[in-house]
Amino acid sequence: MSQTGALEVADLWKGYSSTEVLRSVDLDVAPGSLSAVLGLSGCGKTTLLRVIAGFERAQRGRVALSGQVLDDGRNYIAPERRGIGYVPQEGALFPHLDVRANVGFGLSRAERRGATVGELLEMVGLSALARRMPHELSGGEQQRAALARALARRPALLLLDEPFSSLDATLRGAVREEVSALLRRQGTTTVLVTHDQEEALSLADSVAVLRDGTIIQQGSPADIYGAPTDARLAGFLGEANLMEAVLENGQARTSLGTLELRGGASRAPSSVQGIVVVRPEQLRVRAGTDGGEGLRGRVEQCRYYGHDALLSIHPEDSPLASPLLARVHGEEALAVGTDVVVTATGTVSAVDGGASR
Amino acid sequence: MSTLASPAPRASNRWTRAWAGRRRLPLATVLGATLVGALVLLPLVFLVVEAQQSGWSEMERLLFRHNTAVLLWNTLRLVVASTSLCLLIGVGAAWCVERTTIPGRRLWTVLLVLPLGIPDFVVGFGWVSIDHGLHGYLAAVMVMTLSLYPLVFLPAVAGLAGVDPALEEVARSLGMGPWKVFFRVTLRQMLPAVLGGCLLVTLGLLAEFGAFEILQYQTFTVAIFTEFKLGFDAAAACALSLVLVALGVAALVGELALVGRGRLERIGSGARRNAPKVALGALTLPVLAGLLALAALALGVPVGALAYWSIRGGSTTLPSASILTDAAHTAELSAAAAALSTALAIPVTIAAMRYRNRLTMTIERLALLPQALPGLVVALGLVSFSVRYALPLYQSALELVVAYAILFLPLAVVGVRAALALAPVRLEEVARSLGRRPASVWLTVTLPLIAPGLGVAFLLVFISSCTELTATLLLRPTGINTLATQFWVYTTDFSYGAAAPYAALIVAISAVPAYLLSRRMAGISRTMRP
Repeated sequence: MSQTGALEVADLWKGYSSTEVLRSVDLDVAPGSLSAVLGLSGCGKTTLLRVIAGFERAQRGRVALSGQVLDDGRNYIAPERRGIGYVPQEGALFPHLDVRANVGFGLSRAERRGATVGELLEMVGLSALARRMPHELSGGEQQRAALARALARRPALLLLDEPFSSLDATLRGAVREEVSALLRRQGTTTVLVTHDQEEALSLADSVAVLRDGTIIQQGSPADIYGAPTDARLAGFLGEANLMEAVLENGQARTSLGTLELRGGASRAPSSVQGIVVVRPEQLRVRAGTDGGEGLRGRVEQCRYYGHDALLSIHPEDSPLASPLLARVHGEEALAVGTDVVVTATGTVSAVDGGASR
Repeated sequence: MSTLASPAPRASNRWTRAWAGRRRLPLATVLGATLVGALVLLPLVFLVVEAQQSGWSEMERLLFRHNTAVLLWNTLRLVVASTSLCLLIGVGAAWCVERTTIPGRRLWTVLLVLPLGIPDFVVGFGWVSIDHGLHGYLAAVMVMTLSLYPLVFLPAVAGLAGVDPALEEVARSLGMGPWKVFFRVTLRQMLPAVLGGCLLVTLGLLAEFGAFEILQYQTFTVAIFTEFKLGFDAAAACALSLVLVALGVAALVGELALVGRGRLERIGSGARRNAPKVALGALTLPVLAGLLALAALALGVPVGALAYWSIRGGSTTLPSASILTDAAHTAELSAAAAALSTALAIPVTIAAMRYRNRLTMTIERLALLPQALPGLVVALGLVSFSVRYALPLYQSALELVVAYAILFLPLAVVGVRAALALAPVRLEEVARSLGRRPASVWLTVTLPLIAPGLGVAFLLVFISSCTELTATLLLRPTGINTLATQFWVYTTDFSYGAAAPYAALIVAISAVPAYLLSRRMAGISRTMRP
């Protein structure tokens, strides 16, 4: 039924004495893909990972890997028999073993003597550090060693629990790139848990958003970013302008002009009122007060980041309560007080719960 | 300071570097620390002097006779059996209270630590007073194990609470079953703490005299005491003492080598999750019964025996009114010893922590050496010294106080060290930069910060001195008895009823730190899992 490495989580429930942590979680991970579970701390994402790994037992539901049921609330397979690799936060290298022994920990004596460990060290670029103790490694090197250790047994599935959050910002980007490139080469099915939306969007093939113990949306990074299910999620994933719109015939009429609705979905026969998400980078800003199409306004604030700048624009005689956010190229940053005209490009999507911006 | 005013920035840099790297050791601290080092060595030196007074060949004859081999065999088989049992019981009980769903874990932690507060000779008294036939090897193993296992239990509980559960989970995900994970990962992480506990058990076994005398089991301490007190053969006693010192130092070095090789550095700093508890299910009752049996044997029997004899009273000898006088003597001697020991520990610790070099570290190690020295041995060395060079000191209160101070110096050093760690040099530097002079900094910054720690050091030495028996028996001034020696007089007379109140008072005093310690342990594991 399922291919090797396909993970299916269906209607999974898990709670502790007083609180439900996971409430009917459904998650499908395609073989060989890298999926991210994205959520704020306390949303249950680490618990989900631990149930998949087998460190906690499900109350109800089903966890299956490669078609084999691992846990259905009654029958449960012990973690050591699941063939699932696990990289916890900060790596958790065994402090009493050197890098080489850590990487070979899951292998049999014979396997350890073979070339496997050397190859793994080569793969993560730690061959020169094989005899170092864990505390003599940098944070990134520890992560890579932990990854090699988890991959040593050729797991059908690899679980990464916030693997980059303990690294400092400058190191994080580089380690993230190295690890994702490595995982792509290996083709191991991977589930990554993170609270960093940028990490989830940039690394994963598929992103599942977990909130209050349920997956509220799963899809490609572009789908999630472009068509979030509600306004709260839209804001969590990045800066968002919530615009009132009239939805009609696959189009949204807003004060910025008429925009295509994403996927042409919700082709309502008659026009309805709604809220659409317009990302700051979809806005085009031109200085001046010409009479062309668009929303007139004035620059209130300019946050300059170098590669780009985020403008807060207060619309002139408009029903919008909050300023519009527009992202422009660094060299196009405009001085505060400049009169501007704003238009939008691309497609937009309608969301629920527009009231809470 | 004049260089500071120099306008050249380079000169100022050099000044700061010199200040940070090579601050000069104050002369008073050097002298103080050196004096302490010499004081610790004094009894050892005079042990050698005394032992070889009739020549090396005589000493050789003393050491290589059959009797010594018997003593060695008795001591070693006791050490091996009792330390192994303590390891087994200590780690097993720690696992039960720390990692299972056993009900009442805080209560169990306290109950299982408390036997630490009962001196071994009182435990021995408790058992013999209910069964006169109890003596020999197996009795000694049982009594000492029941008395000393908390020394392993305590660090094992702390160790288990400190093991990062992520390590165990990773090992599971790498294909290891729970038992294998326990032995290869969990136990390995606890090893330094547990080995430290085993060392204390071994040293305790080597140093113990009272319990073995009561149980009629011949070890080195018993033989040394007999040679000296009954045989008046100081040379033989000192020669045997040297063997005992060698055994203690061997245990110290052995532990150092074992732990040193596997030193564990903590890596990572993030929040750890709590280790999941193993559900005992049907095993709950048997485990509860096991813990109850342990607590009953280790705590119930000695306390019960004391209570029984105290209530029944001495049918022949009334508990003499001298108990108050003896308690006062005990308190005076112990307070003096605690003050002296803490005062001695301060220069040693400051030198070792603030001015780290080979000399200061050697002196600190010397100050910790008495850990491996039985009270009997220190006392013999001091007797040998005073008889030769300071006769007025012999059997004076001062000599006994000095013996206590040396004997419990390691406790004081550990306490002062912990206290001083709370007063980082940084703070003193800040105070200096705000215009305070060194003496003023010491009084207004350092001392207030370390005062509570000094109090703890004082208390630890005070309590240990209150319950000391062996050195006191040798050194006490004529006509002065402490609680322990008077207890001993009654016990050797088989006047259990008269002895019991003394023992009860000793236990009451020494139960205080044991209780505080156990509360702290229970507290530690509680804060780790909210």
